[in-house]
Amino acid sequence: MTRWKLANVYKPLAIFLIAAAPAFGATTSHFNFGNGAEPKDLDPHSTTGVPEHHIELNLFEPLVDADPKTLAPKPGVAESWKISKDGKTYTFKLRKNAKWSNGEPVTAKDFVYSWTRLLLPATAAEYAYQAYYIKNGKEFNEGKVKDAAQLGIKAIDDYTLEVQLNNPTPFFLGLMVHHSLYPVNKGVVEKHGVKWTRPENMVTNGAYTLEKWEMNKIITLKKSETYWDKANVKIERVSFHPVEKQDTEEKLFRSKELHTTNEVPLEKIPFWQADKSGVYQQSPYLGIYHYWINVNKAPMDNKMIRRALNLGFDRERIVKYVTRGGQNPAVAFTPPGAGGFNPKARLPKDGSKIAEAKELLAKAGFPGGKGLPPIDLLYNTSDAHKKIAEAMQQMWKENLGVDVRLVNQEWKVYLDSQTTKNYMVSRAGWIGDYNDANTFLDMFMSDNGNNKAGFKNAKYDEFMNKAAKEVNAKKRLEYFQEAEAILMEELPTIPIYVYTRVYLKSNNVQGWFPNILDYHPIKTLSLSEGK
Amino acid sequence: MILKYLLKRIAVLVPVFLLVVTLVFFMIRFAPGGPFDSEKRVSPAILANLQAKYHMDEPLPMQYLRYLGDLAKGDLGPSFKHANRTVNEIIFEALPISAELGLISLLWALVIGLIAGLFASSRPNSWRDYVPMTISLIGISLPTFVIGPVLVLVFALWLNWLPVAGWNSWQDRILPSLTLGLAYAAYISRLTRGGMLEIRSQDFVRTARMKGLTESQILIRHSLKGGLLPVISYLGPALAGIITGALVTESIFNIPGLGRFFVESALNRDYTVVMGTALLYFTLIFFCNLFVDIVYAFLDPRVRYE
Repeated sequence: MTRWKLANVYKPLAIFLIAAAPAFGATTSHFNFGNGAEPKDLDPHSTTGVPEHHIELNLFEPLVDADPKTLAPKPGVAESWKISKDGKTYTFKLRKNAKWSNGEPVTAKDFVYSWTRLLLPATAAEYAYQAYYIKNGKEFNEGKVKDAAQLGIKAIDDYTLEVQLNNPTPFFLGLMVHHSLYPVNKGVVEKHGVKWTRPENMVTNGAYTLEKWEMNKIITLKKSETYWDKANVKIERVSFHPVEKQDTEEKLFRSKELHTTNEVPLEKIPFWQADKSGVYQQSPYLGIYHYWINVNKAPMDNKMIRRALNLGFDRERIVKYVTRGGQNPAVAFTPPGAGGFNPKARLPKDGSKIAEAKELLAKAGFPGGKGLPPIDLLYNTSDAHKKIAEAMQQMWKENLGVDVRLVNQEWKVYLDSQTTKNYMVSRAGWIGDYNDANTFLDMFMSDNGNNKAGFKNAKYDEFMNKAAKEVNAKKRLEYFQEAEAILMEELPTIPIYVYTRVYLKSNNVQGWFPNILDYHPIKTLSLSEGK
Repeated sequence: MILKYLLKRIAVLVPVFLLVVTLVFFMIRFAPGGPFDSEKRVSPAILANLQAKYHMDEPLPMQYLRYLGDLAKGDLGPSFKHANRTVNEIIFEALPISAELGLISLLWALVIGLIAGLFASSRPNSWRDYVPMTISLIGISLPTFVIGPVLVLVFALWLNWLPVAGWNSWQDRILPSLTLGLAYAAYISRLTRGGMLEIRSQDFVRTARMKGLTESQILIRHSLKGGLLPVISYLGPALAGIITGALVTESIFNIPGLGRFFVESALNRDYTVVMGTALLYFTLIFFCNLFVDIVYAFLDPRVRYE
């Protein structure tokens, strides 16, 4: 019998205890960013999530950037650009000193390659539709046009890029800050395949390069030596921490290990709101929390019932007592300020129209909710969604006498139920892809894959198509108003509140401007001294 | 003798393993939703592209055979969610972390549990028994998601002695392993106490005492070996439980271990990662139990391989 030796255990133990690396510290050159989840990948053409975007926007420089203060377009790789009179042709002049991190120049050909890659069926990019505005983009992506030369993207010379669009698309320049339109390096992508985004292979053109990626632990970026504007980049390193548990993230922030958090735990919001140190941040965000209504399922096919549900609860109570993060009640579908579009308020922000809701319900044949079958309210399993659903259930019962059954499903099951339209009312959230009303309103067009209500309205489609073709900005917004009016008349949705971003930010962070896209390139920030 | 026993056990493993592969494969496939469902729905054309990329356009039996073929070569396939990693790489990165956390936790559990148990059994039904046993009862009843945050609050945020979360320095190892190990320590202390009390009343212990051996000599030479048998048989399931059940601790302390991948992959319908982690856990549990059975037979003359 061999004797059990303690030494066999403590020796290896001692070795890793000693070999362990020191924790990250608080310096003025190293930014620590609470990033929520572990990214899927860092290939800007195949990723879809916000955590991925936070990292990618520091690795890549778009053709046209956005000013974090105003979100107005500003030069990125392109120094300047010209837009034709009909709004359909864009000619970009690229700066000659833009370089990839391997020293190669960034040229117009890189953009031709990258946008073609995004649209190529084999790439299977979920965000390929961001390039559908480009001539033949959609056709090419769907395999109807095989020849990439037919796409409206041309490199006139190394530093001139010409882009042809299907329609005047006033938000086209704003689209470029979306990761799907970032450039990637052809040589590196083709050489390494799916492994091109690993630290040892990755080549980027932004202010930072990928230094380290340990899954579920840390991703660190280092200031790029080849970036044309490196003289103005103050922070040397950025680490992204995938901390999924909000409580843990908040504790890491309190112990000064993070400069910013991704979120704040719901129950801690009142505490931080009362805190006077100024770290609590709360700002409007380009997103809407709403409920889909399946318009083809009885009794939801009755417009009066949809309207009654929309008027029969108090949005203000939801944001004041349930979500508590300074959200605004949604009185229209499109969040105010999306690309200069402010929809007219068409829904009550409080319970002032409950009487009207009762009347509508009676008119529909269900006075006091009598005879109306219980309404199933579907949401994906989460505490926050549950609290809101319970509040809705209670308000509809009290105000209208309508019975609501709560149905919670695990995320993928819930998505499946939505897609197969196996629901009556379902919770949803939509974050705009770019700063324009179109990213919210085109979702309700008859043939849109994200139209989960089954809503079809020829007049609505017509206004949206007119808006797409309109060069005059003012007129375009008028078409959106018309579309929004139809939406608020037909109500295939119950808008509840406009999102806010709620997070904590160290007072050492300088140059951070809250904006509705939550766009904060690290190259524009700096860190001041002090704990 | 022992070789024959081992071969017999491993022969059973093969068909059971195949059964697990088949069950997990089809169960996860039949769960609603798939790896490519997301809030922003992809167009049918893009979905078709994605499915072709991962061979999901083939009939299910074909995919099953393809999986078995790859598995035979030791290839667990690419992850659907973590696009630039293979399942092998994910396990290679995350398993050592989980194993390290598990082993340190088990060490805590053994050190604390054995000391408390021996202490309690030395004077049964006195305060030296009641105090550690009451504490251990509390330890068993408190879930890790309570112990963890409390430890963080006290040692990290109030006293500032240890880090809040992470997995970098040796200090980072202390709180999570303690959190995970405490419940097991409590259980081990009760097992130790019970085992020791049973042994103390045996004839051979009385004989040893009659020979004039001191209490500590009796403890070390005679009673410990038999008294710890219940603890030994518990170690197998405990180790398997610690390694597979560390999910909550991993998430509280943001540790990049395997537990998080296991649960996340099921939620994301990341088919290959679900398969890989499930098979790995199955194998681990099997070998932990086998190991304990062997050790048990060494220690207890009443047990022989059959």
